[in-house]
Amino acid sequence: MKINCALIGPGNIGMDLMYKLLRSDILNPLWMIGIEPDSEGLKRAKEFGMKTTFEGVDGVLDFIEEDGVKIAFDATSAYVHGENNRKLAEKGVMVIDLTPAAIGPFCVPAVNMQELLSKNAQNVNLVTCGGQATIPMVAAVSSVQEVEYAEIIATAASKSAGPGTRANIDEFTETTKLGIEQVGGAKKGKAIIILNPAEPPLMMRDTIHCLTSEEPNEEAITKSIHEMVEKMQKIIPGYTLKNGPVFDGRKISIWLEIEGLGDYLPKYAGNLDIITAAAVNIAEQMAEKIKGA
Amino acid sequence: MDLKGKKITIHDMSLRDGMHSIRHQFTLDQMTDMSTAMDKAGVPMIEVTHGDGLGGSSLNYGYGLHTDEEWLDAVVPNMENAKISALLLPGIGIVKDLERAVEHGISTVRVATHCTEADCSAQHIKAAIGMKLDTVGFLMMAHMVDEKRLVEEARKMVSYGANCIYATDSAGYLLPDMVSSRISALKKEFGDEIELGFHGHNNMSMGVANSLAAIEAGATRIDASLAGFGAGSGNTATEVLVAVCNRMGVETGVDLDMIEDAAEDIALPIMGKPTRISRDSLTLGYAGVYSSFLLFARRAEAKYGIDARTLLVELGKRGMIGGQEDMIDDCAMEMAKAKGLI
Repeated sequence: MKINCALIGPGNIGMDLMYKLLRSDILNPLWMIGIEPDSEGLKRAKEFGMKTTFEGVDGVLDFIEEDGVKIAFDATSAYVHGENNRKLAEKGVMVIDLTPAAIGPFCVPAVNMQELLSKNAQNVNLVTCGGQATIPMVAAVSSVQEVEYAEIIATAASKSAGPGTRANIDEFTETTKLGIEQVGGAKKGKAIIILNPAEPPLMMRDTIHCLTSEEPNEEAITKSIHEMVEKMQKIIPGYTLKNGPVFDGRKISIWLEIEGLGDYLPKYAGNLDIITAAAVNIAEQMAEKIKGA
Repeated sequence: MDLKGKKITIHDMSLRDGMHSIRHQFTLDQMTDMSTAMDKAGVPMIEVTHGDGLGGSSLNYGYGLHTDEEWLDAVVPNMENAKISALLLPGIGIVKDLERAVEHGISTVRVATHCTEADCSAQHIKAAIGMKLDTVGFLMMAHMVDEKRLVEEARKMVSYGANCIYATDSAGYLLPDMVSSRISALKKEFGDEIELGFHGHNNMSMGVANSLAAIEAGATRIDASLAGFGAGSGNTATEVLVAVCNRMGVETGVDLDMIEDAAEDIALPIMGKPTRISRDSLTLGYAGVYSSFLLFARRAEAKYGIDARTLLVELGKRGMIGGQEDMIDDCAMEMAKAKGLI
């Protein structure tokens, strides 16, 4: 028995989520929720056999129980997420927040999903694309020894950054910084984002620098990083350690490249794919728990 | 070229772009000495920030010896006439950094994006307007787009509220006719409504020539720095620009003898070795690569055994832009692996 899910927001992210969920062994994308009757996304969702509504979350509330919807993905905007979540929470739905609203705890599934499940988190937030890519590396180092400072540089292709990201780029830097600290385990974090317009578009690249408080245990840190890369590859196969770890005094540097699966979004947009892939992984872990109970 | 009667505002870069050439290690005394000398010489605007702008102090770009606020405090209280600006690159610096810089006395901010990414500046330009700052949209690597695209991007910055637009030759790639066409296109679009500026690097020895082309086409703010103190082969040398402007009848308000002395007696000793066009920094201009990559490429050369010039050319081919210093080591390691060096 698959667990039924609802997708809110039939844009690029919602579409990519749909393709990924259609492949899942334990999740069934049942509802696609939009606000425009003629939207391309709703049309396509219907073609794939999903139920659709153009009345927003209100259009689905009456069907939650009878359809057994347990998990919802919100890929709309921070402005409406709070209301969406409140309505769904009342119906007992677990919500995965892909907006910058961050009303629930940050979730980087390879790092803290089990902890959040044990705390029965009803709503989790995906941090940022750069956060999903880099926080696992910070956590890999901080699980070995104390990280005094971690800094990440996320580079995405210009074409993969939408108007929302561009209009509020501080949200990326500030949210990612918090994620590096709260989930990555660094005492202090910093995030930098670059949008590169090269054609053909470049793959997402992420560089991570960690400063350990004491001399780094090179062997243990290297092992921990490689293990985390393997764990990430199960979520997103195109997660690649390009260079490093390079040790320079207390500084550890790691260079990643992230290729997307190319489901609905282009392969270079690893920055978007890592969000949708992480969201699906979160939902699968939630589903396992629901089935277990 | 007849520039007689034109009036320009020289915006000095020594205390910001100059940071790149000494790895952001200015002492507070050096900041005070250089800014005070420039203020006395009549330099109307001086930029003070980490080389990569507010919030630039980092493992990626190099830690500053001081914070932006400490540097501002070493300069602002001593100024009699000069106005102080800060640079801000969205994606690196944030609005909170800008608010702090305003508390420490800046009156101008230059919000810098790559020449195709102006819409990343909306938040910061709007915030700056809210703080009643003189707000400049600073379009970097302006050689990478044609005039039409440059105007489109500038229009976005103006729509957010910028009162001045810069064509920024971050790679020192532009030649005078290319500067002319870019500034002319901006002038045609904005008329007298929006002030225009030019920021040059001397990688192809075009600093002064390009500045003159910009003035002729309608730019009234021109960036320069003492003895050319700046990234790559440095910026347009302030003292040389003032001398040429004097000869051509362009009004700068800067005293030539005093600015020469500031360059020679104060800036040069701080620089250690004079800024010059080396084979590596010439390569920046030749290949169109961001000027602050220079020292990073040299360090990568020493570490991985890949010739800095070859590395810079490769980075140019890969379309690396300002801020992507992290890709220099990455690229060097990849090349070194391919050669079996590591």
